[in-house]
Amino acid sequence: MSHHTPHAKRRGDRKAAVGNVGRPPVAWALPGILFFAVFAIIPLAIAVYLSFCEWDGLNSPTLTGLDNWTRLFKDSEFGQAAWLSLLLTTISWAFQTPVALLLGVWAAGRQRSRAVLSAVFFIPLLLSTTAIAMLFHALLDPNFGVIKEIGPWIGIDPNIMGSSTGALLMVAFVGGWQFMPFHTLIYQGGARQIPEVLYQAAAIDGAGMVRQFFHITLPQLRHTMTTSSVLMIVGSLTYFDTVLIMTKGGPGTDTTILPYLMYRTGFQTYDLGYAAAIATALVVVATSLSLILVRFSGFGSMRSTREGM
Amino acid sequence: MAMAGLLAGCGSGDSGSDGGGTITAYVYGDDAVKVQQAAVDTFNKTSKVKVKLVSVPGTDYVNKLRSAMGSPSAPDVFFNWGGGSIKPYVDSKNLVDLTSTIKNDATLKDGFLPSIMTAGSLDGKIYGVPMRGMQPVMVFYNKSLFAEHKLEVPKTWEDLQKAIATFKAAGITPFALGGSDKWPELMWMEYLLDRIGGPEVFQKIQNGDTDGWGDPAVLKTAQTVKELIDDGAFGKNFNSVDYGNGGAPTLLNKGKAAMHLMGSWEYSTQLGKAPEFAKKDLGWAAFPTVAGGVGDPANVVGNPTNYWSVNARTKHKDAAIAFLKTMASKTYAQALVDNGDIPTTSNAASMLSTSPNPQFANDQYQLVQKAPSFTLSWDQALEAQYATPLLTEISKLFAGKTTPEQFVEAMKAAK
Repeated sequence: MSHHTPHAKRRGDRKAAVGNVGRPPVAWALPGILFFAVFAIIPLAIAVYLSFCEWDGLNSPTLTGLDNWTRLFKDSEFGQAAWLSLLLTTISWAFQTPVALLLGVWAAGRQRSRAVLSAVFFIPLLLSTTAIAMLFHALLDPNFGVIKEIGPWIGIDPNIMGSSTGALLMVAFVGGWQFMPFHTLIYQGGARQIPEVLYQAAAIDGAGMVRQFFHITLPQLRHTMTTSSVLMIVGSLTYFDTVLIMTKGGPGTDTTILPYLMYRTGFQTYDLGYAAAIATALVVVATSLSLILVRFSGFGSMRSTREGM
Repeated sequence: MAMAGLLAGCGSGDSGSDGGGTITAYVYGDDAVKVQQAAVDTFNKTSKVKVKLVSVPGTDYVNKLRSAMGSPSAPDVFFNWGGGSIKPYVDSKNLVDLTSTIKNDATLKDGFLPSIMTAGSLDGKIYGVPMRGMQPVMVFYNKSLFAEHKLEVPKTWEDLQKAIATFKAAGITPFALGGSDKWPELMWMEYLLDRIGGPEVFQKIQNGDTDGWGDPAVLKTAQTVKELIDDGAFGKNFNSVDYGNGGAPTLLNKGKAAMHLMGSWEYSTQLGKAPEFAKKDLGWAAFPTVAGGVGDPANVVGNPTNYWSVNARTKHKDAAIAFLKTMASKTYAQALVDNGDIPTTSNAASMLSTSPNPQFANDQYQLVQKAPSFTLSWDQALEAQYATPLLTEISKLFAGKTTPEQFVEAMKAAK
């Protein structure tokens, strides 16, 4: 009895210590949870509720059941906007990922010139989206913008913003130009975490730069890529200001992506119930996409990239 | 009690039993606000109830007004475009019906041009008092280019086609068009429909009959637009040109485009951007006749003027109406003239000689005064639920994404 107690006590201590390492009690998270509830969960719940209502913003909302939702599934404009959103997201991802990855890996080196250049690369992210969109809008003016001078020279029609594909590509490009530094930074951080010994071992085995990149760097950056891609996808799906300033959804409706359609329906047509349905659909799509991405990339199981080392 | 107080409160602030208090007035925030501010200052000198002017930056105006009107802090008096722009507020019983007030008050009844008063009313009831200048849409043109190519300003459709062909051959865009902004395209539809089918076609639509879009004149209008585009009347890249950033006005003043169909504010825009050009080379004319059209060529489209409306929940209705009466005064009209605007008051004609450009002011006043009908811009005349899809469909038509027939079908189907 007398020698059991300390033993049990010690075991208990140890268990408690292991279970709670670095994990403060739930109470510590309360302010965060409350903040999240007030600014995210409650507005989301209201939006979902409004999606079952008809509301013009002046009178009280009236419940109309599934009207907005049945309309949503029949609405060809919603279908087009959803397609354009996915297209824009895919283009943005395909354009930003390789460039940000290569730049990030390169910037992970330690030479002084790289530090300076990395700082320069970072500048677009510090500018406001509005300023960037207005700047590019002016540069792409078919009569007075830079595009008129250099466009024909590099084989681009100066009327690029007046053509459907051109306008969508430019929106993707401008967004990419702005956010690429951020993703470069993520990849740079990821690349710096890769242990030097892996490269030393590979060098001893006679692997060159290219093989090292494909067999060490890329696999080691798997999770970094997931993080970056999720941010990129959610970011492109909620793209709005660039479209509002650069194209206003045009030409015709060829850059009317989901968030812009929601804005137009909600704040220009004042059909706030239907706009809430579009918003809710957008939340569902974005959440599903990021969940799928996380699941299939194995990020959810939280395995370490250094497993087996 | 507390609830009633809350509802009646609507941002009027403190109101003592001595008859004092404050009226909040929302106004579209641009250059002309200084004219309204001066009127407010004058009014406040003698009134116990003070007016507080809130200037809302232009692009945010409609949204901010809409949100405020649905909230307890709504303005007592607010700027609007009449017609469909106030219909939701009329439907939700937010506005004071001013019909009998105006009929029983000589100052208000005889103070303004009658066509302007009717243009802003809804179902025969008056909800607003005119408070800014008139803004008819006109054809602006570059005088030097016309002289150089020995052309007259088009008065008929044949003239117009000849001018288009001549300028196109010379490598000059016949008409500047800010297609990326959408609303400049709307102006073409408005004038063409008026000339082809007369103002009645749109009046029917404005009165809520969407079948009006099925009128043959609408299809003819859309087809005419398509012909203009195919003829190169607007050049090739108008879809990526805008008005707001100065794209279209610059085309005109740099001599890259010969004409520009635009609201009368184009004059002050040019004066600001290219003063030399505005003074020497800028000409203006009425929209030409259209062959086979039944509409009176003297008809005008654009914004007749802007109006003040009174919130039905205001605590100071009498003071608000007293303030609106000052809009008919000679001092106020003169202040508008000095600002380069053409007032819609009946006494305006005699003041126009003191305008910054008396010739332009007079021509504009004559144009509007002689017009049998003045159609309010469609996007203001219709409620937002129709106006937004309309702008979208027009943009699709101009961008060549839909045919004239598809445009008509889409508009008939608009909810």
